[in-house]
Amino acid sequence: MIYLDYSATTPVDVRVFEAMKPYFSESFGNPSSVHRYGQQAEAAVDAARETVARVLNCRPDEIIFTSCGSESDNLAIRGAAYAMREKNGARWILASRTEHPAVTKTLLQLEKYDGFQIEWLDVNEHGMVTAESVAKAICAETALVSVMYANNEIGTINPLRDIAETCRARRILFHTDAVQAAAYLPLDVQELGVDMLSLGAHKFYGPKGVGALYVRKGTPLLPHLTGGGQEFGLRAGTHNVPYIVGLAEALRLTYEEREQRAAHVQPLRDKIIGTVLETIPDARLTGDMTSRLPHHASFVFKGVDGNLLLTLLDAAGFACSSGSACKTGNPEPSEVMNAIGLSREWGLGSLRVTLGVGTTAEQVESFLSALPALVEKARSLSRR
Amino acid sequence: MSGGVDSSVAAALLKEQGYEVIGMMLRLWSEPGKEDSNRCCTPDSMAQARRVAALLGIPFYVIDAKNVFRETVVEYFLEGYARGETPNPCLLCNRKIRWTFLLEHALVVGAEYMATGHYARARREERGKVELLRAVDRSKDQSYVLHVLNQEQLKHALFPVGDYTKVEIRALAEKFGLPTASRKDSQDLCFLAGEDYRDFIRRNAAEMLQPGEIVTHEGKVLGHHTGLANYTIGQRKGLGVAFPVPLYVLAKDAARNALVVGTQEELGTTELTAHHVNWLSGEAPREPFRAEVKIRYTAKEVEAWVTPMGADQAQVKFDAPQRDVTAGQAAVFYQGDLLVGGGIIQ
Repeated sequence: MIYLDYSATTPVDVRVFEAMKPYFSESFGNPSSVHRYGQQAEAAVDAARETVARVLNCRPDEIIFTSCGSESDNLAIRGAAYAMREKNGARWILASRTEHPAVTKTLLQLEKYDGFQIEWLDVNEHGMVTAESVAKAICAETALVSVMYANNEIGTINPLRDIAETCRARRILFHTDAVQAAAYLPLDVQELGVDMLSLGAHKFYGPKGVGALYVRKGTPLLPHLTGGGQEFGLRAGTHNVPYIVGLAEALRLTYEEREQRAAHVQPLRDKIIGTVLETIPDARLTGDMTSRLPHHASFVFKGVDGNLLLTLLDAAGFACSSGSACKTGNPEPSEVMNAIGLSREWGLGSLRVTLGVGTTAEQVESFLSALPALVEKARSLSRR
Repeated sequence: MSGGVDSSVAAALLKEQGYEVIGMMLRLWSEPGKEDSNRCCTPDSMAQARRVAALLGIPFYVIDAKNVFRETVVEYFLEGYARGETPNPCLLCNRKIRWTFLLEHALVVGAEYMATGHYARARREERGKVELLRAVDRSKDQSYVLHVLNQEQLKHALFPVGDYTKVEIRALAEKFGLPTASRKDSQDLCFLAGEDYRDFIRRNAAEMLQPGEIVTHEGKVLGHHTGLANYTIGQRKGLGVAFPVPLYVLAKDAARNALVVGTQEELGTTELTAHHVNWLSGEAPREPFRAEVKIRYTAKEVEAWVTPMGADQAQVKFDAPQRDVTAGQAAVFYQGDLLVGGGIIQ
């Protein structure tokens, strides 16, 4: 099998795994305990927090550890929405149409049960949000703007600095879901100008089940997981020490090796994009040509059932993904495909190929020589 | 794979025999909002099948067949009732969906054979032909629904559970550590979601339910019916006609939209004509032959003469009159364990 789905998840880096190991059975203490077992564990969490803060160029007490990227998004959005409403009655939230479900489903719930009003920002045909559209939509009652750093399905990178600047000028909170971006893009929150930023460790060779949220000092935030006073009272629950250590080590390595990693995947990615568009009829690149994650190639094929194509690819030994993460054989074009204006005929036939440190030129060659025939087969079966 | 015991054990047996096995499940059509009740592919059975595949260590794929199922099987079902027949859509599903659509997908994925959990046997002859035989467990035999297969399909067919009794299959399931629950052995059609077919027709083809006359063979009008599709051949109750002796539905005259009824004595028939006959060997026998004939999935086979007429028709003469000979159902011809052919009753 050849793994070409690094945006879904990545293997844990062995160096990360090594760093985590002592915190399962040896240094197993609860960081909240007074004794030395606890102190040892607390020191590990503090060190992890400092490491993350260094990469993000922020203060350690601006980092909240969570259980995953989705939880980080939930905490940021719910927490800020409730706190801002309490503070000044704001009830509007702006978000792009191409956000991850961790954001969109959260917003839909706030709309349905809590009286918030959501304004969905349109994207251009490449899935990009512009600062102008944000500026146009902001009003005095806006509690929060949430725009993702880079899109999971089509790899498009949003102009984060411009959007953050627009929000800051109007003194509106700005959150970004950086879960997909973290493996390859700079995360300096001062440079980016964001107020909150979500991370999930397993997208950058860390373990699943741990995430982080950057919250700029002074940002009003109401906790939604209540209990003990962990994480500055913003996220209760006993610290998942080995995983927090793992997240920090994975992020540190990513920060140090980011350029090498990008230099490894980008030429392979470009080769995939070029060859697919050249050799496969009725194929289109989705997302932006230049402003896109360096490991990310995504396409739509006209008249192809994307799920069927994934089945054929898997049977042929290639693990890829599509826009609609659907294992039930019940295909619908994803929201992102709709948002970038693709018809059903195109939107159902999406394919995402994402590379990583384990990807080799031979694997890419092998994939590219198999794909055209598989698309053709899927197309002829889908036509029935 | 359905997640049930039969297809699960089928997969396990093949794995044990050294095949490289891939699990597949069809996503069939349901009325919007009733997806959870489709007998063949509820989210539950899908999860179960996925679990079984994981236990066996084989890949598992769900193939979307909603549109093709709706366009062929459900259409056929509705059209059959419109013609005054009692259609058996499972037959068409086996021919067009399972053994055409799914088989094509399996072959494209690289499979050489397609196996199912049907109780039936495929015997490979030396000359390259494949014979379809009844299951070892006669009480579970499902060859009836497979009479639609042609040689090309049979060439790719494996029925691993057909050599065992249901009791043995359960024991094998335990041995393999597989779930032993079997799907309720029901005649209900998967897309009816456990409801009466009449409600389905009311919702999806209400225009078909035109009231008309209830008449005798002689043409005497006895009353009115609520739409031919609401009745089945042999039905006695619910006719709403006052008559000195009990009346039974004898036939449906779709051309006149009339329901023909009569007494118990008129009910039986000694012959039928079948069309769309499939001869399993690939060619029609030249001579009339003795056979045991099954006129419904659940009917007991009865002795008869079968006379082939042209390539795809046959006349069946029963030794004794038969009740419940129903247009739209299949008449399937056996000689001992061998399935010779079968067609749709006209």
